[in-house]
Amino acid sequence: MGLLIRLCGISAILFVMGILLFIVREAAPVVVSGRVSLVQFLTRPEWFPTSEVHRRYGALAMIAGTFSVTGLAMLMAVPFGLGAALYLSEFCPPRPKEVLKIVMELLAAIPSVVWGFIGLTVLSRIIVTLTGAPVGVNMLNGALVLALMSVPIIVSIAEDALKAVPDSYREAALALGATRWQVTWRVLLPAARHGLLAAVLLGVGRGVGETMAVLMTTGHAVQMPRSVLDSVRTLTANIAAELGEAPAGSDHYRVLFLTGVLLMVITLAINVTADLIVRGVKRS
Amino acid sequence: MTPVVAPSPLLEVRDLRLSYRGREVLHGISFEVAEREILAVIGPAQSGKTSLLRCLNRTVEMIPGAAVSGSIRFRGEEILRTRRVHELRRRIGMVAPLPVGLPMSVYDNVAFAPRCAGVYDRAALDAIVERCLRQAALWDEVRDRLDLPGTRLSGGQQQRLTIARALSHEPDILCLDEFSIAIDPVTTMRIEEVLRKLRSTMTIILVTNLNQQARRLADRTMFLWKGDIVETGETTAMFESPRDPRTADFLSGRVG
Repeated sequence: MGLLIRLCGISAILFVMGILLFIVREAAPVVVSGRVSLVQFLTRPEWFPTSEVHRRYGALAMIAGTFSVTGLAMLMAVPFGLGAALYLSEFCPPRPKEVLKIVMELLAAIPSVVWGFIGLTVLSRIIVTLTGAPVGVNMLNGALVLALMSVPIIVSIAEDALKAVPDSYREAALALGATRWQVTWRVLLPAARHGLLAAVLLGVGRGVGETMAVLMTTGHAVQMPRSVLDSVRTLTANIAAELGEAPAGSDHYRVLFLTGVLLMVITLAINVTADLIVRGVKRS
Repeated sequence: MTPVVAPSPLLEVRDLRLSYRGREVLHGISFEVAEREILAVIGPAQSGKTSLLRCLNRTVEMIPGAAVSGSIRFRGEEILRTRRVHELRRRIGMVAPLPVGLPMSVYDNVAFAPRCAGVYDRAALDAIVERCLRQAALWDEVRDRLDLPGTRLSGGQQQRLTIARALSHEPDILCLDEFSIAIDPVTTMRIEEVLRKLRSTMTIILVTNLNQQARRLADRTMFLWKGDIVETGETTAMFESPRDPRTADFLSGRVG
């Protein structure tokens, strides 16, 4: 029995190691053999994986796609999410707070393909009407959907961070004649800053890793984005869309796995950073 | 000869009642506090001493389910109904039993209230910080490390830091709630010395669990018992010849 429990416990490590090993093994040959240069993969925007004469495996356009969509999404989600967390934790009366938290959890539980569906039909029409863009599925659409998806995560973690600030700080500051806003700006936000940063980073992680919703809403065009109304393709959407058509073992197949390695490195880095920041709080 | 008009009291409490979720803890108490006196409030645990202080600067509102009625007039203005609560709290400073250093430097702790009140000039803040830390007898110990987080000071130093902080907005009344329970006797004596000096410039309401502390410091003493005032009087007189048998029992250590 003890052995079984232990196995369950360490299974997470085994899975992570196993996955990492698997995708690195699938990706490695194409780099080791020199048929695709890692530098070109990271720095060239040309992606022609099926061309007969002009085959290129440059992922830069999709790296730019991923980061621009995520960045734009965070630009919207972070202020909104932190604001909502502040409202919930500091200004909201107890009863509406319970309702809001339940709704927020529901929002987090909506499957990403449903979000993609909403982006594809509702948002794209609104975007075309309001901006006059030729197509409604573009960076802005993807970012809006991603923002909506990350807000619940940011809110719940940021609210936890604010709740962890001792009430004695609030009382001490209020007793000194500070207004509620002064308490919030001068005491709570600085005291909770590590937790809030972690909330933002986990939101970013969500954005970078999200696949289905961005595949459906960004337009899926491989190009360096120049405006928020350009269609873009993200690293995740590229893998989802092309892996089924790439012959197993081909260069194309292996480069898609290389993209997976890249994605994993990015999300791992974000998660580890968030974790270190949260740990930093506990120590101090 | 012109008749001598008694000065109106600084603080006038009338029929103050406080209940937490329907359970009444102050049963309609009335008293007055004069300008520049030290009023000690003594009484056993659960007699309503802390609750009384929390009514005075309206921090009682932070407790869910608290309901206050009656009247507290401060310089003639009704405290319980004022809309400018944060201004009130700058006039009536509060020092809590356990020191709560705000998560910032010693300097910023003391400069917090002035900054909230709109003082941003560095020189002015420097002057306030030095004055308050000197008044709280802490300046000599921290003058070289004002950048240190307030929470890194010792317990006694932190308590003096909270006093310095409460002085930073130059309150008319300084309320102290059992300030000595977390600190050693030597530090307690130092703070008592500080309070004696402060009496010349402000009114002090001192809730204490140490009867002898009341005797050492207070001009007048108020004995609170289960939410009622049993007796208020000039300190020496009250300690030497209490009028109420309950006061006598409490002061002699037979109850409480």
